[in-house]
Amino acid sequence: MSDQPILRVIAKMFIPFLMLFALYVQFHGDFGPGGGFQAGVIFAAALVLYALIFGTEQAKRVAHPRALQLLVACGILLYAGTGVAGILLGGNFLDYGALDHHNPVHDQHLGILLVEIGVGITVTTVMTSTFFIFSARKNS
Amino acid sequence: MMFEMVDVIDLTLLLFLSVLAITIARLRNLFAIVIVSGFYSLVSAGLFTVLDAVDVAFTEAAVGAGISTVIMLATLLIVGSEEKPSNRPRIWPLLAVVVTGAFLVYGTLDMHPYGDAQAPIHQHVAPRYIEASGDEIGVPNIVTSVLASYRGYDTLGETCVIFTAGVAVLMLIGQALRFRQKEGEA
Repeated sequence: MSDQPILRVIAKMFIPFLMLFALYVQFHGDFGPGGGFQAGVIFAAALVLYALIFGTEQAKRVAHPRALQLLVACGILLYAGTGVAGILLGGNFLDYGALDHHNPVHDQHLGILLVEIGVGITVTTVMTSTFFIFSARKNS
Repeated sequence: MMFEMVDVIDLTLLLFLSVLAITIARLRNLFAIVIVSGFYSLVSAGLFTVLDAVDVAFTEAAVGAGISTVIMLATLLIVGSEEKPSNRPRIWPLLAVVVTGAFLVYGTLDMHPYGDAQAPIHQHVAPRYIEASGDEIGVPNIVTSVLASYRGYDTLGETCVIFTAGVAVLMLIGQALRFRQKEGEA
């Protein structure tokens, strides 16, 4: 599809805003609708759009499949690791209350932030690598 | 006035959904079915927005109308876009659908009316979350505080489901692909 100038220009204009919007949804989940799942899906949609317009090979140079596979595991490890950190610091599994003793609300913020980032990383990478696998099949 | 504005919007969207569902059932071209399914997801997202479930609408619009449509189209490139004609009797699937649908409608008879504040779901733990979330979690969005803190364990499970799905796709389809590439080289 790379010979379509209108699609290329529109995609180039939209993709940075899509990614920025995904980050907004990720970090604004405390205040408005959104969170890790939604942000991950939007970020993956931006990568998929890039792959559709500029070709899968080009997109794989941006998001290498190996790196994606590593990040799939990293996201869920970050989530579970936040839970284990709660145990190590003297609380229960996923008990954010143990993370920061200075302020009872700060630790909740920190816990939610880490957990949502974990969800976001896993969702983005699972969606993107699924798309890469399906689009690789059609070429073979 | 018997119908509020919201009811009119709800009914219109639900009518759209049923028209789209019947269209999907009657179509035989898989490409058209994928496109209409994407439209179905988009209308569902609109319905979720009316129900104030903006988070769900977000996900439905991005996954249902966006990524899953793209992945289904990629699948069509492999399998072709015409459905194989089937000459099996059509009465059994129809019967199964009618019976299941009748059971589902029967199940809704016990439910509280749509939007009823006295429904059990609004009486049990929801008031506790609404009252205490501000002091305990300090996050203005109660959906996030329930999702990531009160029910953090459930969300970990949901993330595991996505992780497992991703790993399954990588292993089943990704491995087969790698194997085929090696065969091609040899």
